[in-house]
Amino acid sequence: MKKYTININNKKVTIEAEPDTPMLWVIRDYVGLKGTKFGCGMALCGACTIHLDGQPVRSCQTPVSSVKASSKITTIEGISDNMGHVVQKAWIEEQVPQCGYCQSGQIMSAVALLKAKPNPTDEDIDTYMSGNICRCGTYDRIRKAIHKAAAMQKVKS
Amino acid sequence: MKNIDKAVVNRRNFLRFTGLSGAALILGIPSVSAENATLSAVNLSEAADFYNLSPYIIIEKSGKITLFNTKPDMGQGTFQSIPALIAEELELTPDQYTVKQSGGEAQLGQAQFSGGSFSVRASYMELRKVGAAARDMLISAASKQWGVPASECYAENAKIIHKASGKSLGYGDLVETASKLEAPKEPKLKDPKDFKILGKSVKRSDIPLKSSGKAVFGIDVDVPNMVYASVERCPVFGAKLINFDKAAALKVQGVEQVVEVERDVDGKKYIGVAVVAKNYWAATKGRKVLNVKWDFQGNDRFNTKDYFQSLRDGLKNEGITQHSQGDFDKVYTQSTNKVESVYETPFVTHSTMEPMNCVAHWKEGNKLEIWASTQAPSMVMGDFPKRFGLKVEDIKLNVTFNGGGFGRRLNLDFIIEAVNLSKAIQKPVKLVWSREDDTQLGPFRPPTFSAMKGSISKDGKLETFQHKVIAPSLPAWGDAPVDKTKANNDMTEAISEQKYEIPNMKNAFIYADIHVPLTYWRSVTSSTLAFAHECFIDELAHKAGKDPLQFRLDMLTKASDTKRVLQKLKEVSNWDTPLPKGKGRGVAQYEFFAGLAGEVVEVTKLSNNSVKIDKVYVVVDLGTVVNPDVVKAQMEGAVIMAITAAVKGGITFANGKAEQSNFHDNPVLRINEVPKIEVHILAEGGANMKGVGEPGLPPLAPALANAIFAATGIRVHKMPFDIDNLT
Repeated sequence: MKKYTININNKKVTIEAEPDTPMLWVIRDYVGLKGTKFGCGMALCGACTIHLDGQPVRSCQTPVSSVKASSKITTIEGISDNMGHVVQKAWIEEQVPQCGYCQSGQIMSAVALLKAKPNPTDEDIDTYMSGNICRCGTYDRIRKAIHKAAAMQKVKS
Repeated sequence: MKNIDKAVVNRRNFLRFTGLSGAALILGIPSVSAENATLSAVNLSEAADFYNLSPYIIIEKSGKITLFNTKPDMGQGTFQSIPALIAEELELTPDQYTVKQSGGEAQLGQAQFSGGSFSVRASYMELRKVGAAARDMLISAASKQWGVPASECYAENAKIIHKASGKSLGYGDLVETASKLEAPKEPKLKDPKDFKILGKSVKRSDIPLKSSGKAVFGIDVDVPNMVYASVERCPVFGAKLINFDKAAALKVQGVEQVVEVERDVDGKKYIGVAVVAKNYWAATKGRKVLNVKWDFQGNDRFNTKDYFQSLRDGLKNEGITQHSQGDFDKVYTQSTNKVESVYETPFVTHSTMEPMNCVAHWKEGNKLEIWASTQAPSMVMGDFPKRFGLKVEDIKLNVTFNGGGFGRRLNLDFIIEAVNLSKAIQKPVKLVWSREDDTQLGPFRPPTFSAMKGSISKDGKLETFQHKVIAPSLPAWGDAPVDKTKANNDMTEAISEQKYEIPNMKNAFIYADIHVPLTYWRSVTSSTLAFAHECFIDELAHKAGKDPLQFRLDMLTKASDTKRVLQKLKEVSNWDTPLPKGKGRGVAQYEFFAGLAGEVVEVTKLSNNSVKIDKVYVVVDLGTVVNPDVVKAQMEGAVIMAITAAVKGGITFANGKAEQSNFHDNPVLRINEVPKIEVHILAEGGANMKGVGEPGLPPLAPALANAIFAATGIRVHKMPFDIDNLT
């Protein structure tokens, strides 16, 4: 067991864990933030997507020992207060989720996409979002919501 | 919600409501009542004489209103649509009430489950009556208080208003008086033209929760002093446990206990080894070093190659006649224009995004509390008292949002296993399945193989038709007795009930044995039988030299929903406008227990043996629609799930175990593979309602296969088929 101090959603948290513990379980079971989901454990489905220094990563394949104390982790709980992020607003507008289980990961990927490409084409969306599986099949709404969020972001800036 | 959890229900405040087929109300629950501190509003199961009550509505004196949802939400939108049925008649806007998921409480009836595309259509009249009766009681209470006739009062926005004077009282102010009144047996229901919520695309209140990480799924539940478990089970079904390295697992940092635990799927028991740890990661690491030795009992000889060959061979048998009309044998024998085909479908997984999991707490004094993503609260509460030797009132089930269901969560196996484990270790435990467990351990959708025969008359009409099914049987696999001398309707689902007017038809069924766990999968056997049925109709249309859609319509001379659906499809898909060269379209429909939909698929030929799916048109027939946008979402989802089942892997067995293990070798459709989907809803009104969750699936595979034939000339006979490499 080792002590780790990590910065999650701009809060410093100190936890004690085995070095190989994936951030997924650190975030869920040590820190208690349940929005980040377990889907496959092999970086195949994207349900566990978080941001590590602004970059989307699969937390199930990110051991706690690999995260620097200076690094910033953002989870779904950290992207806005009160559903304020344009992506979340667009998700409600388009009524994207069905069961909702994969949606934290979808939203984290979409937020990162819009940072990298503020005006994504359908092709950009396909490329960027194809790592996130939705078994309910909300893909068309995800696509529409990302375009809507891009438009909202433009008005805002 | 916390307040409602603690709200204490006084038995005298229950209102019997026996006139409404078991529906009932709770009205006027004081927020706190010290003398009855044992009864909580979420577990109302203390008294047998309340069995016929169905308390869906809680109105507190503060004005806070809670409506119970008895149909677990797995993405199909019941969290909105079910309470909305009450709210419409009770004159509530969606922001005026909170929704609480029920947990199998006896007072809320025995139909607390989500399955069979049943939720909205089964609740539509009953829950509207519940809402209307409550509204009338509140109106009566106000009219008494004001000394005016009830006819001068009406309900609006959670208030009762006196027309003439304009004075009003909130429901919270009236509820105590209302709760003492007799419930009207036949309250007047609203005219649908006055609906404010029903029939409208109302936004779902669960969506903000599901867009912020706040929605609670079973896997998200934590309870004090909880431990975590991962279970090693044998991927070869029917194996015996020989031994395992307990010491090695216990050496892993964080591992606390290693115990044997039993899983029960429909009465068939499977032993596993549970590693219990302080955290889930430690449990999974402990599991990896268990080195369990199994005696496979010969079941490691099972493989799909041989099994499927045995199904193909079995199709040569006559089978048990499931349905017969006209004289199939005679007319078919004499015909000179015949077609024969065999169609095959695989085992598939549900692959819900939330893997199976359950938190169970076997408490001191033989009390049990469970937290689970389950489709079936009533089944849990119906089964567990006897299974675990507990009193109903000593079991509390907390049902969370389901991270996907598709039929998988109608099974209780993962809950039983967690309860067994908690009982063994006497601690609250969260048992989480890995994706590999979920992929390999079933229960699976059974494969069905179909032998088709048909003949075309001299004047180009379908004169004979036969659909013969061989399949392992869902009910025979379960623990209920099944008469194997009779055809199995579950496994021949709707093959004799399509509306086509065919003079000579003889359908049959042949039982196949299996030891692999099976269960219902979204749209059940229609998800495979429609493929054979509607592809073969297409083959026959081509044999007759007819347009496949017109060929179908020619067999629908009488008015029917199927005819309306196909006519609508013809119109919305521009069927009669030829597609550019290199493109093809196919059509299919299927009517079954869940409802009716038809689909047209358009594909582009990329090479001689590959296509791209361009567009899917869906027409679904509902009768009455409660939330059109949710219906649209369900059709989109059904189409995508059906494409996965049609063109992606499926499960194969070798050496007794599933060869696939996770999303890399048991893939599901991704965003870059999704065609455009255009949904049309037929809903002319009326109480004859059809289901929503499942009907979008069955027509997709045959419509796609028929489109592939139109574009490439390749006739697909086997699911899954690889659209990049068709054979």
